[in-house]
Amino acid sequence: MSTDLTPGSPGNLPATTGTADGAGREQPLYPLAPHQLRLTDTDPRAAKRAERQVATMFGLSALLIVAFVVAYVMVQTDQYLDLGNIGKFQLSNVLLGLTFGGAVFLIGAGAIHWAKKLMADEEMVDYRHPAATDDETRASLLEDFNDGLAESGFAQRRMVRRTLIGALALFPVPLVVLLRDLGPLPGTSLRETIWKAGERIVTDVTLRPIRPSDIPVGGLVNASPGSLEEVQHAEGNMNERAKAVIILVRMTPEQIKSQQGEGWDYNGILAFSKICTHVGCPIALYQHVTHHLLCPCHQSTFDLSDSGNVVFGPANRRLPQLPITVDDAGYLVASSDFHEPVGPSFWERG
Amino acid sequence: MSLTTKVGGATIDYVDKRTGILGPAKANFRKLFPDHWSFMLGEIVLYSFIVLLLTGTYLTFFFKPSMAEVVYNGSYVPLKGIEMSEAYASTLHISFDVRGGLLIRQIHHWAALFFVAAMIVHMFRVFFTGAFRRPRELNWVVGGIMLMIGLLEGFAGYSLPDDLLSGVGVRIVSGIVEAIPIVGTYLMFFIWGGEFPGTDFIPRLFIVHVLLFPAILLALVGVHLVLIFYLKHTQYPGRGRTEDNVVGYPLFPIYTAKAGGFFFIVFGLITLVSAVVTINPVWAYGPYVPDQVTADSQPDWYIGFLDGMLRAFPNWEWILFGHTWSWNVFIPGLVMPGILFTALALYPFFESWITGDKREHHILDRPRNAPVRTGIGVMAITFFGIATINGANDLLAVGFHLSINQITWFTRIGLFVAPPLAFVATHRLCIGLQRRDRDKLLHGRETGRILRLPHGEFIEVHEPITDTEKAVILSHPQRRPLPMPAKTDENGVRTPRYRWRWIQAKLSSFWYRDSVETPSAAEIEAAEEHMRHGIGSEHEHRGDFEISHHEIGESETVEALTSRSEED
Repeated sequence: MSTDLTPGSPGNLPATTGTADGAGREQPLYPLAPHQLRLTDTDPRAAKRAERQVATMFGLSALLIVAFVVAYVMVQTDQYLDLGNIGKFQLSNVLLGLTFGGAVFLIGAGAIHWAKKLMADEEMVDYRHPAATDDETRASLLEDFNDGLAESGFAQRRMVRRTLIGALALFPVPLVVLLRDLGPLPGTSLRETIWKAGERIVTDVTLRPIRPSDIPVGGLVNASPGSLEEVQHAEGNMNERAKAVIILVRMTPEQIKSQQGEGWDYNGILAFSKICTHVGCPIALYQHVTHHLLCPCHQSTFDLSDSGNVVFGPANRRLPQLPITVDDAGYLVASSDFHEPVGPSFWERG
Repeated sequence: MSLTTKVGGATIDYVDKRTGILGPAKANFRKLFPDHWSFMLGEIVLYSFIVLLLTGTYLTFFFKPSMAEVVYNGSYVPLKGIEMSEAYASTLHISFDVRGGLLIRQIHHWAALFFVAAMIVHMFRVFFTGAFRRPRELNWVVGGIMLMIGLLEGFAGYSLPDDLLSGVGVRIVSGIVEAIPIVGTYLMFFIWGGEFPGTDFIPRLFIVHVLLFPAILLALVGVHLVLIFYLKHTQYPGRGRTEDNVVGYPLFPIYTAKAGGFFFIVFGLITLVSAVVTINPVWAYGPYVPDQVTADSQPDWYIGFLDGMLRAFPNWEWILFGHTWSWNVFIPGLVMPGILFTALALYPFFESWITGDKREHHILDRPRNAPVRTGIGVMAITFFGIATINGANDLLAVGFHLSINQITWFTRIGLFVAPPLAFVATHRLCIGLQRRDRDKLLHGRETGRILRLPHGEFIEVHEPITDTEKAVILSHPQRRPLPMPAKTDENGVRTPRYRWRWIQAKLSSFWYRDSVETPSAAEIEAAEEHMRHGIGSEHEHRGDFEISHHEIGESETVEALTSRSEED
């Protein structure tokens, strides 16, 4: 092995390790170190002590299992262990975990202690074999294969072979076709939300309609369409919520540098999609001095005073703005749907 | 004969007469395995996997993989009366109303973290010691696939409870899928059964998490272990060890006790940790609602590098012919992990192509003896480290009062600059250690004993190193780079694939650059002879080079001196 020069590596030098023995096996440069006896090998009292230690661990383990069962029966899940600053722990979790974990751990510790102290610990030597099958077996296998091939007629019967290959190639097609109904086609759904002209803007938790005077300058309100709850219950999912949620911010008209459409604000109140254009996290962190809105997931930052444009971070597109106005009753409403798709980019978006 | 032995013997006899199991059992019963603490890393992976299967099965008895909305009415008071998915409600039920449910949930989560962490460290061990070299390249590939599936499996499990934190993670994944050119939107609609979040995702993810991925992992674990058995375990260099043998302890009884015991140790430790350290308190995050988010959204740590790359990537997006190319999401979210994992899986083939080394290796390399490989490994760790750190840039910004923009820019630049620096530093360190090894062989180790010679000079006494140390240092076979190919052969015929072989030879010479020669047997003999002559042949370090004391001691061998000065 040591003097083995591989054809692929003409530059390789032989290793500095040992020489080969009669069987062509490499001999180590330095023989195995002589075996050292342990205290437990020489002193019967030490061996007895180790035996007792191992037995103690196994015995304790059994006791802990009993303790586990007792804790399971006695302690209910609503009992808590209050450790002040460290925290409040479910008592049952702590007791069950410590007893069971301890029991399991002790079995392992005992077994390893046993192996290390009491089992024979002399290192042994075995020889390796090359990974490859020997040449004779290979040749004989090849022969078998060729015999089988000839017997099957796979090589000669071209028509059978070709039709079989064709059939096998088509066989997975249904498995792929069947995946079609995993979901509907996208259609235009990603471009639309339930906002429409006259749709009431309501606060997101209390569902109250909002008057312009409810929002102070510098303020921010999380809001959604008034019909959202209804739609959500009818559809049985939160898909519309995931697209339609907005935030309302108010600034003085002179603070507004630009917006996405002429007069889309209402007296300095601006409405933007709350869904980040990067990968769709809801945006939450607003700095009312700079009018910057920061996404907590990947820190894309949008300037709401300047058309919601990106000022920092991985998002490329501005936050879509929702044109708003007030209805006859004096509540904020949308003037139309968003004029561009909300949320992350997608191939067909353009 | 005791009753147990009788019954046991009869059972074995019964089974063997129907399976012939005793043949294979005999072949492996006393199989030897080398001993080293780093070989336990893979065991930790296997044992946490078993713990995951056990606890995971228990959890499926209670978990309801459904996104149907229910009103919570369990015993966790803060969330009473709140609408949430059945998945989240059943997770709360497991945590607060099933005795030991929280414990099993926490063991499951902790075991997943142990599993991934041990897998990664095990991979480092295999990488840095060159254990992936022939004949074990395929097992490396199998391991690479398991790592990838392990990460995905971990993410799937983390997402199933449908809490606010993990729901945001799922939203991010849906955004990444949408960014795939051409098919992304369709893919997303097929996976989610329509728009995000829909009601199909959790049930589908559930079956992937509890059936598909575990089945694949289990099959691959089987392949991995069978190959380890068949090829026999690698061993570290040392006395009595050669490429032809395996030195160690038998499977029965030593490893039955040690490895079997270690399963209980791992299981026990994970359980003890789960008893006292809360993990993933989903009740504190609340149910997932697509318009809400927690302020510091973090994935589990092993997904951090992906999130970090997503955060750092510049906001490039093209619109070409009416179609959107979201490079800012597609590249860090899918292309880069794809490249990284492919490179990882193909590394053994790349290395053997460069070194031209196609021999079987069973003695492990010391990392210093493969400076380029070690450098590449540290480079990769640096890259992942920086990406992972950036995955927590918001926490760092808050915790250390830093600007998030600065951290992001640090990452953007650092991802390119720091890994090469780490490579160079590691490479130099390895070369330095190689020199030290050579020094120890030829001049012995420094004892710290200072002697004053009769003429007033001070020297430090050196002592020969032990045979064990020598065996370790000398285990490293000396190799040379591949020769540069000639452009044409002697008949003027152009060498086939000249360009390709030229690149190979260049890389090969880079691979071996600055590597220190292992001393020849004659040199070692001479050096040992030299040291045996006691004081007179002691060496003294003056600045960078060494001088021997001809004036008072024995003759210095010329070879030792010249080779020394060449090296310097």
